[in-house]
Amino acid sequence: MLVLIGIAIIIAGFLLRFNPLLVIMASALATGLAAGLDVTAIIAAFGKAFNDTRYVSIVWIVLPVIGLLEAYGLQQHARSLIGRIKGATLARLLASYLLLRQAMSAVGLTSVAGHPQTVRPLVAPMAEAAAEAQGVALSDAQRDEIRAYAAATDNVGLFFGEDIFLAIGSILLMKGLLEGYGYVIEPLHFSVWAIPTAIAAFLLHGFRLRLLEKRMLRAPGQGTGA
Amino acid sequence: MITLGFVYVLAGLTFAIFAALGLGDRSNPKRFGNAAFWGLLALSMLAGDRLGDFGNGLLVLALVAIAGTGQIGRAPGGEVPAGVQAERAARYGNFLLVVALIIPAVALAGTFLFKWVPGLADPKQATLISLGIGVLIALAVGMARLRPAPLLPAQQGRRLLDAVGWAAILPQMLASLGAVFALAGVGEVVGDLIGAAIPQGSLFGAVVAFGLGMALFTMVMGNAFAAFPVMIAAVGMPLLIKQYDGTPAVVAAIGMLAGFCGTLMTPMAANFNLVPAALLELKNPYGVIKVQIGTAIPLLAVNILFIWLFAF
Repeated sequence: MLVLIGIAIIIAGFLLRFNPLLVIMASALATGLAAGLDVTAIIAAFGKAFNDTRYVSIVWIVLPVIGLLEAYGLQQHARSLIGRIKGATLARLLASYLLLRQAMSAVGLTSVAGHPQTVRPLVAPMAEAAAEAQGVALSDAQRDEIRAYAAATDNVGLFFGEDIFLAIGSILLMKGLLEGYGYVIEPLHFSVWAIPTAIAAFLLHGFRLRLLEKRMLRAPGQGTGA
Repeated sequence: MITLGFVYVLAGLTFAIFAALGLGDRSNPKRFGNAAFWGLLALSMLAGDRLGDFGNGLLVLALVAIAGTGQIGRAPGGEVPAGVQAERAARYGNFLLVVALIIPAVALAGTFLFKWVPGLADPKQATLISLGIGVLIALAVGMARLRPAPLLPAQQGRRLLDAVGWAAILPQMLASLGAVFALAGVGEVVGDLIGAAIPQGSLFGAVVAFGLGMALFTMVMGNAFAAFPVMIAAVGMPLLIKQYDGTPAVVAAIGMLAGFCGTLMTPMAANFNLVPAALLELKNPYGVIKVQIGTAIPLLAVNILFIWLFAF
Protein backbone atom coordinates (compact mmCIF):
# COMPACT_ATOMS: atom_id res chain seq x y z
CA MET A 1 0.00 0.00 0.00
CA LEU A 2 2.82 2.40 0.89
CA VAL A 3 4.12 2.43 -2.69
CA LEU A 4 0.94 4.30 -3.72
CA ILE A 5 2.43 7.42 -2.12
CA GLY A 6 4.06 8.15 -5.49
CA ILE A 7 0.66 8.36 -7.18
CA ALA A 8 -0.61 10.67 -4.43
CA ILE A 9 2.42 12.94 -4.93
CA ILE A 10 1.82 13.06 -8.70
CA ILE A 11 -1.86 13.98 -8.34
CA ALA A 12 -1.22 16.56 -5.61
CA GLY A 13 1.76 18.00 -7.50
CA PHE A 14 -0.16 18.47 -10.73
CA LEU A 15 -3.19 19.94 -8.91
CA LEU A 16 -1.02 22.41 -6.99
CA ARG A 17 0.86 23.22 -10.22
CA PHE A 18 4.36 22.60 -8.91
CA ASN A 19 6.98 22.17 -11.63
CA PRO A 20 6.13 18.71 -13.05
CA LEU A 21 9.79 17.69 -13.36
CA LEU A 22 10.23 18.21 -9.60
CA VAL A 23 6.97 16.36 -8.91
CA ILE A 24 8.09 13.39 -11.00
CA MET A 25 11.46 13.19 -9.27
CA ALA A 26 9.83 13.44 -5.80
CA SER A 27 7.34 10.73 -6.76
CA ALA A 28 10.08 8.42 -8.02
CA LEU A 29 12.14 8.89 -4.83
CA ALA A 30 9.14 8.37 -2.51
CA THR A 31 7.94 5.30 -4.43
CA GLY A 32 11.38 3.74 -4.47
CA LEU A 33 11.97 4.40 -0.74
CA ALA A 34 8.54 2.95 0.10
CA ALA A 35 9.49 -0.18 -1.83
CA GLY A 36 12.69 -0.50 0.21
CA LEU A 37 15.18 0.66 -2.44
CA ASP A 38 18.07 2.90 -1.42
CA VAL A 39 18.56 6.34 -2.94
CA THR A 40 21.47 5.43 -5.22
CA ALA A 41 19.52 2.45 -6.61
CA ILE A 42 16.53 4.69 -7.35
CA ILE A 43 18.71 7.28 -9.10
CA ALA A 44 20.40 4.57 -11.15
CA ALA A 45 17.06 2.97 -12.09
CA PHE A 46 15.69 6.35 -13.17
CA GLY A 47 18.87 7.13 -15.12
CA LYS A 48 18.76 3.80 -16.95
CA ALA A 49 15.10 4.31 -17.88
CA PHE A 50 15.83 7.89 -19.03
CA ASN A 51 18.64 6.67 -21.28
CA ASP A 52 16.52 3.80 -22.66
CA THR A 53 13.67 6.18 -23.60
CA ARG A 54 15.70 8.87 -25.38
CA TYR A 55 13.84 8.10 -28.62
CA VAL A 56 10.84 9.88 -27.07
CA SER A 57 12.68 13.22 -27.29
CA ILE A 58 14.24 12.96 -30.76
CA VAL A 59 11.18 14.43 -32.47
CA TRP A 60 12.57 17.91 -31.70
CA ILE A 61 15.11 17.52 -34.52
CA VAL A 62 12.38 18.72 -36.91
CA LEU A 63 12.35 22.20 -35.32
CA PRO A 64 15.15 23.79 -37.42
CA VAL A 65 13.27 22.87 -40.63
CA ILE A 66 9.94 24.08 -39.22
CA GLY A 67 11.64 27.29 -37.99
CA LEU A 68 13.19 27.93 -41.41
CA LEU A 69 9.92 27.37 -43.28
CA GLU A 70 7.91 29.48 -40.84
CA ALA A 71 10.41 32.34 -41.23
CA TYR A 72 9.70 32.19 -44.98
CA GLY A 73 5.95 32.26 -44.45
CA LEU A 74 4.82 28.60 -44.44
CA GLN A 75 1.94 29.31 -42.07
CA GLN A 76 0.73 32.25 -44.20
CA HIS A 77 0.93 30.13 -47.32
CA ALA A 78 -0.99 27.26 -45.71
CA ARG A 79 -3.66 29.80 -44.74
CA SER A 80 -3.95 31.41 -48.17
CA LEU A 81 -4.16 27.98 -49.79
CA ILE A 82 -7.20 27.07 -47.69
CA GLY A 83 -8.80 30.43 -48.47
CA ARG A 84 -8.65 29.56 -52.18
CA ILE A 85 -10.18 26.07 -51.89
CA LYS A 86 -13.95 26.30 -52.24
CA GLY A 87 -15.87 24.28 -49.68
CA ALA A 88 -12.92 23.91 -47.32
CA THR A 89 -14.77 24.38 -44.04
CA LEU A 90 -13.29 24.08 -40.55
CA ALA A 91 -15.14 20.83 -39.80
CA ARG A 92 -14.43 19.25 -43.20
CA LEU A 93 -10.75 20.13 -43.05
CA LEU A 94 -10.21 18.67 -39.56
CA ALA A 95 -12.37 15.61 -40.30
CA SER A 96 -10.29 14.95 -43.44
CA TYR A 97 -7.12 15.16 -41.38
CA LEU A 98 -8.67 12.83 -38.79
CA LEU A 99 -9.44 10.25 -41.47
CA LEU A 100 -5.98 10.59 -43.02
CA ARG A 101 -4.26 10.25 -39.63
CA GLN A 102 -6.36 7.18 -38.75
CA ALA A 103 -5.66 5.57 -42.13
CA MET A 104 -1.91 6.21 -41.95
CA SER A 105 -1.72 4.92 -38.37
CA ALA A 106 -3.72 1.84 -39.36
CA VAL A 107 -0.95 0.87 -41.78
CA GLY A 108 1.73 1.50 -39.16
CA LEU A 109 2.81 5.00 -40.19
CA THR A 110 2.39 6.57 -36.77
CA SER A 111 5.47 8.84 -36.74
CA VAL A 112 4.84 10.28 -40.20
CA ALA A 113 2.57 13.02 -38.85
CA GLY A 114 2.46 14.62 -35.40
CA HIS A 115 2.26 17.89 -33.49
CA PRO A 116 5.67 19.33 -34.45
CA GLN A 117 5.77 17.84 -37.97
CA THR A 118 2.26 18.55 -39.27
CA VAL A 119 -0.08 20.18 -36.72
CA ARG A 120 1.86 23.36 -35.91
CA PRO A 121 3.11 24.22 -39.41
CA LEU A 122 0.09 23.03 -41.45
CA VAL A 123 -3.08 21.74 -39.80
CA ALA A 124 -3.56 24.45 -37.16
CA PRO A 125 -3.03 27.45 -39.50
CA MET A 126 -5.20 25.79 -42.16
CA ALA A 127 -7.99 25.22 -39.64
CA GLU A 128 -7.83 28.86 -38.53
CA ALA A 129 -7.88 29.99 -42.17
CA ALA A 130 -10.87 27.77 -42.96
CA ALA A 131 -12.86 29.35 -40.12
CA GLU A 132 -11.89 32.81 -41.33
CA ALA A 133 -12.89 31.92 -44.89
CA GLN A 134 -16.30 31.03 -43.47
CA GLY A 135 -16.61 34.60 -42.20
CA VAL A 136 -15.54 34.18 -38.58
CA ALA A 137 -13.31 36.99 -37.33
CA LEU A 138 -11.48 34.94 -34.74
CA SER A 139 -10.96 36.21 -31.21
CA ASP A 140 -7.86 35.04 -29.32
CA ALA A 141 -9.94 32.54 -27.35
CA GLN A 142 -11.51 31.13 -30.53
CA ARG A 143 -8.09 30.86 -32.15
CA ASP A 144 -6.80 28.91 -29.13
CA GLU A 145 -9.84 26.63 -29.24
CA ILE A 146 -9.32 25.81 -32.92
CA ARG A 147 -5.63 25.09 -32.31
CA ALA A 148 -6.52 22.85 -29.37
CA TYR A 149 -8.98 20.98 -31.60
CA ALA A 150 -6.29 20.58 -34.27
CA ALA A 151 -3.97 18.98 -31.68
CA ALA A 152 -6.82 16.85 -30.29
CA THR A 153 -7.75 15.65 -33.78
CA ASP A 154 -4.19 14.44 -34.31
CA ASN A 155 -4.32 12.50 -31.02
CA VAL A 156 -7.71 10.91 -31.70
CA GLY A 157 -6.62 9.91 -35.20
CA LEU A 158 -3.41 8.35 -33.92
CA PHE A 159 -4.87 6.49 -30.93
CA PHE A 160 -7.87 5.05 -32.73
CA GLY A 161 -6.03 4.07 -35.88
CA GLU A 162 -2.77 2.57 -34.67
CA ASP A 163 -4.25 -0.53 -33.05
CA ILE A 164 -5.55 -1.71 -36.43
CA PHE A 165 -1.92 -2.22 -37.45
CA LEU A 166 -0.67 -5.73 -36.76
CA ALA A 167 2.82 -4.97 -35.55
CA ILE A 168 2.22 -2.00 -33.25
CA GLY A 169 3.59 -2.18 -29.70
CA SER A 170 0.22 -2.49 -27.99
CA ILE A 171 -0.83 -5.48 -30.13
CA LEU A 172 2.47 -7.21 -29.36
CA LEU A 173 1.96 -6.45 -25.67
CA MET A 174 -1.53 -8.01 -25.72
CA LYS A 175 -0.29 -11.08 -27.57
CA GLY A 176 2.64 -11.58 -25.22
CA LEU A 177 0.58 -11.06 -22.09
CA LEU A 178 -2.26 -13.41 -23.06
CA GLU A 179 0.25 -16.07 -24.12
CA GLY A 180 1.56 -15.93 -20.57
CA TYR A 181 -1.94 -17.01 -19.46
CA GLY A 182 -1.98 -19.83 -22.03
CA TYR A 183 -4.03 -18.15 -24.79
CA VAL A 184 -2.19 -18.15 -28.12
CA ILE A 185 -3.86 -15.54 -30.36
CA GLU A 186 -2.83 -14.25 -33.79
CA PRO A 187 -2.21 -10.46 -33.95
CA LEU A 188 -4.90 -10.17 -36.67
CA HIS A 189 -7.62 -11.09 -34.14
CA PHE A 190 -6.67 -8.15 -31.95
CA SER A 191 -6.43 -5.72 -34.82
CA VAL A 192 -9.85 -6.48 -36.34
CA TRP A 193 -11.46 -5.73 -32.96
CA ALA A 194 -9.93 -2.26 -33.06
CA ILE A 195 -12.02 -1.43 -36.14
CA PRO A 196 -15.45 -0.86 -34.48
CA THR A 197 -13.90 1.64 -32.04
CA ALA A 198 -12.00 3.34 -34.89
CA ILE A 199 -15.30 3.95 -36.70
CA ALA A 200 -17.00 5.14 -33.51
CA ALA A 201 -14.10 7.52 -32.81
CA PHE A 202 -14.35 9.03 -36.31
CA LEU A 203 -18.12 9.54 -36.02
CA LEU A 204 -17.98 10.93 -32.48
CA HIS A 205 -15.06 13.28 -32.98
CA GLY A 206 -16.33 14.27 -36.44
CA PHE A 207 -19.66 15.19 -34.84
CA ARG A 208 -17.85 17.33 -32.28
CA LEU A 209 -15.96 19.08 -35.08
CA ARG A 210 -19.34 19.97 -36.62
CA LEU A 211 -20.48 21.34 -33.25
CA LEU A 212 -17.27 23.39 -33.01
CA GLU A 213 -17.91 24.86 -36.46
CA LYS A 214 -21.51 25.70 -35.62
CA ARG A 215 -20.43 27.38 -32.40
CA MET A 216 -17.85 29.46 -34.28
CA LEU A 217 -20.35 30.47 -36.97
CA ARG A 218 -22.91 31.51 -34.37
CA ALA A 219 -20.47 34.00 -32.86
CA PRO A 220 -18.72 35.50 -35.89
CA GLY A 221 -17.14 38.92 -35.98
CA GLN A 222 -16.27 39.03 -32.29
CA GLY A 223 -13.13 40.86 -33.10
CA THR A 224 -9.76 40.06 -34.52
CA GLY A 225 -7.12 38.83 -32.18
CA ALA A 226 -4.65 38.07 -34.91
CA MET B 1 23.83 -0.30 -41.34
CA ILE B 2 22.15 2.82 -39.99
CA THR B 3 20.84 2.41 -36.44
CA LEU B 4 18.93 4.57 -33.99
CA GLY B 5 22.38 5.78 -32.87
CA PHE B 6 22.50 7.94 -36.02
CA VAL B 7 19.34 9.76 -34.95
CA TYR B 8 20.70 10.20 -31.40
CA VAL B 9 23.84 11.84 -32.83
CA LEU B 10 21.65 14.10 -34.97
CA ALA B 11 19.53 15.03 -31.95
CA GLY B 12 22.65 15.52 -29.80
CA LEU B 13 24.20 17.91 -32.34
CA THR B 14 20.91 19.80 -32.69
CA PHE B 15 20.61 20.30 -28.91
CA ALA B 16 24.33 21.21 -28.69
CA ILE B 17 23.86 23.96 -31.32
CA PHE B 18 20.74 25.20 -29.49
CA ALA B 19 22.79 25.32 -26.27
CA ALA B 20 25.65 27.26 -27.89
CA LEU B 21 23.29 29.77 -29.54
CA GLY B 22 21.38 30.11 -26.28
CA LEU B 23 24.58 30.91 -24.41
CA GLY B 24 25.30 33.75 -26.81
CA ASP B 25 21.80 35.25 -26.62
CA ARG B 26 22.29 38.26 -24.32
CA SER B 27 18.65 39.28 -24.62
CA ASN B 28 17.70 36.24 -22.50
CA PRO B 29 18.34 36.88 -18.78
CA LYS B 30 18.31 33.11 -18.17
CA ARG B 31 20.73 32.23 -20.96
CA PHE B 32 23.10 30.26 -18.70
CA GLY B 33 20.28 28.03 -17.46
CA ASN B 34 19.04 27.42 -20.98
CA ALA B 35 22.53 26.60 -22.26
CA ALA B 36 23.13 24.16 -19.39
CA PHE B 37 19.74 22.47 -19.87
CA TRP B 38 20.03 21.89 -23.63
CA GLY B 39 23.74 21.12 -23.24
CA LEU B 40 23.02 18.31 -20.76
CA LEU B 41 20.36 16.95 -23.09
CA ALA B 42 22.93 17.01 -25.92
CA LEU B 43 25.32 15.08 -23.67
CA SER B 44 22.61 12.50 -22.94
CA MET B 45 21.90 12.02 -26.67
CA LEU B 46 25.59 11.85 -27.68
CA ALA B 47 27.11 9.92 -24.79
CA GLY B 48 24.23 8.47 -22.74
CA ASP B 49 25.37 4.90 -23.30
CA ARG B 50 28.79 5.70 -21.84
CA LEU B 51 27.61 7.53 -18.69
CA GLY B 52 26.38 4.46 -16.82
CA ASP B 53 23.03 4.16 -15.01
CA PHE B 54 24.03 6.27 -12.02
CA GLY B 55 25.71 8.86 -14.25
CA ASN B 56 22.52 9.19 -16.29
CA GLY B 57 20.60 9.50 -13.02
CA LEU B 58 22.82 12.41 -11.93
CA LEU B 59 22.30 14.02 -15.35
CA VAL B 60 18.52 13.82 -14.83
CA LEU B 61 18.87 15.31 -11.33
CA ALA B 62 20.81 18.23 -12.84
CA LEU B 63 18.13 18.78 -15.51
CA VAL B 64 15.41 18.74 -12.83
CA ALA B 65 17.40 21.12 -10.62
CA ILE B 66 17.83 23.64 -13.47
CA ALA B 67 14.17 23.54 -14.51
CA GLY B 68 12.74 23.17 -11.00
CA THR B 69 14.48 26.28 -9.69
CA GLY B 70 13.24 28.34 -12.62
CA GLN B 71 16.61 28.77 -14.31
CA ILE B 72 15.32 28.43 -17.86
CA GLY B 73 13.36 31.05 -19.76
CA ARG B 74 12.97 32.58 -23.18
CA ALA B 75 14.02 35.81 -24.77
CA PRO B 76 11.12 37.95 -26.00
CA GLY B 77 10.46 38.18 -29.75
CA GLY B 78 12.83 36.79 -32.34
CA GLU B 79 10.24 35.90 -34.93
CA VAL B 80 10.46 37.29 -38.45
CA PRO B 81 7.96 40.19 -38.82
CA ALA B 82 4.56 39.10 -40.22
CA GLY B 83 4.88 41.49 -43.17
CA VAL B 84 8.19 39.97 -44.26
CA GLN B 85 6.73 36.48 -43.83
CA ALA B 86 3.71 37.35 -45.99
CA GLU B 87 5.89 38.83 -48.72
CA ARG B 88 8.15 35.75 -48.73
CA ALA B 89 5.10 33.43 -48.66
CA ALA B 90 3.85 35.09 -51.84
CA ARG B 91 7.24 34.57 -53.50
CA TYR B 92 8.07 31.01 -52.43
CA GLY B 93 4.51 29.68 -51.96
CA ASN B 94 4.21 26.04 -52.79
CA PHE B 95 7.94 25.42 -52.50
CA LEU B 96 7.56 25.84 -48.71
CA LEU B 97 4.78 23.28 -48.69
CA VAL B 98 6.88 20.83 -50.70
CA VAL B 99 9.77 21.14 -48.24
CA ALA B 100 7.39 20.70 -45.29
CA LEU B 101 6.03 17.52 -46.87
CA ILE B 102 9.52 16.12 -47.55
CA ILE B 103 9.80 15.05 -43.89
CA PRO B 104 6.65 12.87 -43.78
CA ALA B 105 7.22 11.67 -47.35
CA VAL B 106 10.78 10.47 -46.61
CA ALA B 107 9.59 8.93 -43.32
CA LEU B 108 6.96 7.06 -45.32
CA ALA B 109 9.25 5.95 -48.15
CA GLY B 110 12.11 5.03 -45.82
CA THR B 111 9.83 2.92 -43.61
CA PHE B 112 8.97 0.72 -46.60
CA LEU B 113 12.43 0.80 -48.19
CA PHE B 114 14.26 -0.27 -45.01
CA LYS B 115 11.83 -3.14 -44.44
CA TRP B 116 12.05 -4.44 -48.00
CA VAL B 117 15.79 -3.98 -48.50
CA PRO B 118 17.52 -5.53 -45.48
CA GLY B 119 20.93 -4.37 -44.38
CA LEU B 120 20.50 -0.63 -45.06
CA ALA B 121 19.06 0.33 -41.70
CA ASP B 122 17.69 -1.31 -38.58
CA PRO B 123 14.18 -2.35 -39.75
CA LYS B 124 12.77 -2.12 -36.20
CA GLN B 125 13.60 1.61 -36.10
CA ALA B 126 12.91 2.28 -39.79
CA THR B 127 10.48 5.19 -39.27
CA LEU B 128 12.56 7.09 -36.73
CA ILE B 129 15.71 6.69 -38.83
CA SER B 130 13.80 7.83 -41.92
CA LEU B 131 12.49 10.81 -39.97
CA GLY B 132 16.09 11.84 -39.27
CA ILE B 133 17.06 11.44 -42.93
CA GLY B 134 13.94 13.37 -43.98
CA VAL B 135 14.94 16.28 -41.74
CA LEU B 136 18.42 16.42 -43.33
CA ILE B 137 17.02 16.31 -46.88
CA ALA B 138 14.36 18.95 -46.14
CA LEU B 139 16.98 21.20 -44.56
CA ALA B 140 19.36 20.80 -47.54
CA VAL B 141 16.62 21.49 -50.11
CA GLY B 142 15.28 24.46 -48.16
CA MET B 143 18.72 26.01 -47.65
CA ALA B 144 19.67 25.53 -51.33
CA ARG B 145 16.65 27.44 -52.66
CA LEU B 146 15.90 29.96 -49.91
CA ARG B 147 19.54 30.86 -49.17
CA PRO B 148 18.91 32.17 -45.63
CA ALA B 149 21.63 33.25 -43.21
CA PRO B 150 23.45 29.98 -42.36
CA LEU B 151 22.35 30.00 -38.72
CA LEU B 152 18.71 30.96 -39.35
CA PRO B 153 17.24 27.41 -39.13
CA ALA B 154 19.10 26.78 -35.87
CA GLN B 155 18.11 30.19 -34.43
CA GLN B 156 14.44 29.76 -35.33
CA GLY B 157 14.44 26.13 -34.16
CA ARG B 158 15.92 27.23 -30.84
CA ARG B 159 13.23 29.90 -30.49
CA LEU B 160 10.52 27.26 -30.98
CA LEU B 161 12.16 24.88 -28.48
CA ASP B 162 12.63 27.66 -25.90
CA ALA B 163 8.88 28.31 -26.21
CA VAL B 164 8.24 24.69 -25.24
CA GLY B 165 10.88 24.90 -22.49
CA TRP B 166 11.39 22.14 -19.94
CA ALA B 167 8.13 20.49 -21.12
CA ALA B 168 10.26 19.14 -24.00
CA ILE B 169 11.63 16.38 -21.75
CA LEU B 170 8.43 15.79 -19.75
CA PRO B 171 7.37 12.74 -21.82
CA GLN B 172 10.77 11.09 -21.37
CA MET B 173 10.66 11.83 -17.62
CA LEU B 174 7.21 10.29 -17.24
CA ALA B 175 8.28 7.19 -19.16
CA SER B 176 11.19 6.84 -16.72
CA LEU B 177 8.88 7.28 -13.72
CA GLY B 178 6.83 4.39 -15.11
CA ALA B 179 9.93 2.20 -14.91
CA VAL B 180 10.42 3.08 -11.23
CA PHE B 181 6.71 2.37 -10.55
CA ALA B 182 7.12 -1.05 -12.18
CA LEU B 183 10.20 -1.76 -10.07
CA ALA B 184 8.27 -0.89 -6.89
CA GLY B 185 5.24 -3.04 -7.80
CA VAL B 186 2.72 -0.16 -7.91
CA GLY B 187 0.65 -1.96 -10.56
CA GLU B 188 -0.03 -5.05 -8.47
CA VAL B 189 -1.24 -2.98 -5.52
CA VAL B 190 -3.67 -0.96 -7.66
CA GLY B 191 -4.87 -4.13 -9.36
CA ASP B 192 -5.68 -5.73 -5.99
CA LEU B 193 -7.61 -2.63 -4.91
CA ILE B 194 -9.72 -2.53 -8.08
CA GLY B 195 -10.25 -6.30 -7.97
CA ALA B 196 -11.64 -5.97 -4.45
CA ALA B 197 -14.03 -3.14 -5.46
CA ILE B 198 -15.95 -5.12 -8.12
CA PRO B 199 -19.56 -6.11 -7.42
CA GLN B 200 -19.89 -9.90 -7.34
CA GLY B 201 -22.18 -11.76 -9.73
CA SER B 202 -22.79 -8.99 -12.26
CA LEU B 203 -21.29 -9.45 -15.73
CA PHE B 204 -22.12 -5.89 -16.76
CA GLY B 205 -20.67 -4.58 -13.50
CA ALA B 206 -17.43 -6.44 -14.16
CA VAL B 207 -17.24 -5.08 -17.74
CA VAL B 208 -17.79 -1.51 -16.50
CA ALA B 209 -15.16 -1.96 -13.78
CA PHE B 210 -12.69 -3.28 -16.36
CA GLY B 211 -13.26 -0.42 -18.84
CA LEU B 212 -13.33 2.32 -16.20
CA GLY B 213 -10.33 0.79 -14.45
CA MET B 214 -8.35 0.80 -17.71
CA ALA B 215 -9.19 4.48 -18.30
CA LEU B 216 -8.55 5.63 -14.72
CA PHE B 217 -5.33 3.69 -14.22
CA THR B 218 -4.11 4.92 -17.62
CA MET B 219 -4.80 8.48 -16.45
CA VAL B 220 -2.67 7.91 -13.35
CA MET B 221 0.20 6.26 -15.23
CA GLY B 222 -0.13 8.38 -18.38
CA ASN B 223 0.12 5.26 -20.48
CA ALA B 224 -2.29 2.44 -21.34
CA PHE B 225 0.60 -0.02 -21.67
CA ALA B 226 1.29 0.25 -17.92
CA ALA B 227 -2.37 -0.14 -17.02
CA PHE B 228 -3.09 -3.09 -19.31
CA PRO B 229 -1.19 -5.95 -17.61
CA VAL B 230 -2.52 -4.81 -14.21
CA MET B 231 -6.17 -4.68 -15.28
CA ILE B 232 -5.95 -7.96 -17.19
CA ALA B 233 -4.50 -9.65 -14.09
CA ALA B 234 -7.02 -8.07 -11.69
CA VAL B 235 -10.28 -8.20 -13.67
CA GLY B 236 -9.89 -9.23 -17.33
CA MET B 237 -8.44 -12.68 -16.81
CA PRO B 238 -10.10 -13.96 -13.60
CA LEU B 239 -13.58 -12.51 -14.21
CA LEU B 240 -14.27 -11.58 -17.84
CA ILE B 241 -12.31 -14.37 -19.56
CA LYS B 242 -12.28 -17.25 -17.02
CA GLN B 243 -15.50 -16.83 -15.03
CA TYR B 244 -17.81 -15.32 -17.70
CA ASP B 245 -16.11 -17.00 -20.69
CA GLY B 246 -15.49 -13.78 -22.68
CA THR B 247 -13.54 -13.83 -25.96
CA PRO B 248 -9.93 -13.01 -24.97
CA ALA B 249 -9.09 -11.06 -28.17
CA VAL B 250 -12.11 -8.74 -27.75
CA VAL B 251 -11.53 -8.14 -24.04
CA ALA B 252 -7.86 -7.31 -24.68
CA ALA B 253 -8.21 -5.24 -27.87
CA ILE B 254 -11.14 -3.06 -26.81
CA GLY B 255 -9.89 -2.90 -23.21
CA MET B 256 -6.68 -1.33 -24.50
CA LEU B 257 -8.74 1.23 -26.47
CA ALA B 258 -10.71 2.06 -23.31
CA GLY B 259 -7.31 2.85 -21.81
CA PHE B 260 -6.53 5.16 -24.76
CA CYS B 261 -9.66 7.18 -23.83
CA GLY B 262 -7.94 7.76 -20.48
CA THR B 263 -4.79 8.92 -22.28
CA LEU B 264 -6.83 11.74 -23.86
CA MET B 265 -7.78 13.07 -20.41
CA THR B 266 -4.54 13.16 -18.41
CA PRO B 267 -1.64 15.61 -18.08
CA MET B 268 0.53 12.55 -17.37
CA ALA B 269 0.45 11.80 -21.11
CA ALA B 270 2.51 14.94 -21.60
CA ASN B 271 3.71 14.32 -25.14
CA PHE B 272 0.15 14.12 -26.45
CA ASN B 273 -1.56 16.66 -24.19
CA LEU B 274 0.81 19.23 -22.65
CA VAL B 275 3.59 19.51 -25.23
CA PRO B 276 1.25 20.46 -28.12
CA ALA B 277 -0.37 23.13 -25.92
CA ALA B 278 3.09 24.67 -25.47
CA LEU B 279 4.02 24.15 -29.11
CA LEU B 280 0.83 25.85 -30.34
CA GLU B 281 1.30 28.63 -27.77
CA LEU B 282 -2.08 28.11 -26.11
CA LYS B 283 -2.79 30.29 -23.07
CA ASN B 284 -4.19 27.34 -21.11
CA PRO B 285 -1.61 24.53 -20.69
CA TYR B 286 -4.55 22.12 -20.28
CA GLY B 287 -6.36 23.48 -23.37
CA VAL B 288 -5.87 20.30 -25.42
CA ILE B 289 -7.13 18.04 -22.62
CA LYS B 290 -10.15 20.32 -22.17
CA VAL B 291 -11.38 19.81 -25.74
CA GLN B 292 -10.54 16.08 -25.68
CA ILE B 293 -12.74 15.20 -22.69
CA GLY B 294 -15.89 15.60 -24.78
CA THR B 295 -14.66 12.92 -27.19
CA ALA B 296 -13.03 10.66 -24.61
CA ILE B 297 -15.96 10.13 -22.21
CA PRO B 298 -18.60 9.09 -24.78
CA LEU B 299 -16.01 6.97 -26.58
CA LEU B 300 -15.15 5.22 -23.30
CA ALA B 301 -18.85 4.41 -22.85
CA VAL B 302 -18.95 3.05 -26.42
CA ASN B 303 -15.91 0.86 -25.73
CA ILE B 304 -17.45 -0.57 -22.56
CA LEU B 305 -20.62 -1.30 -24.51
CA PHE B 306 -18.61 -2.94 -27.32
CA ILE B 307 -16.84 -5.29 -24.88
CA TRP B 308 -20.20 -6.27 -23.39
CA LEU B 309 -21.77 -6.80 -26.84
CA PHE B 310 -18.92 -8.48 -28.71
CA ALA B 311 -17.10 -10.55 -26.07
CA PHE B 312 -20.07 -12.43 -24.62
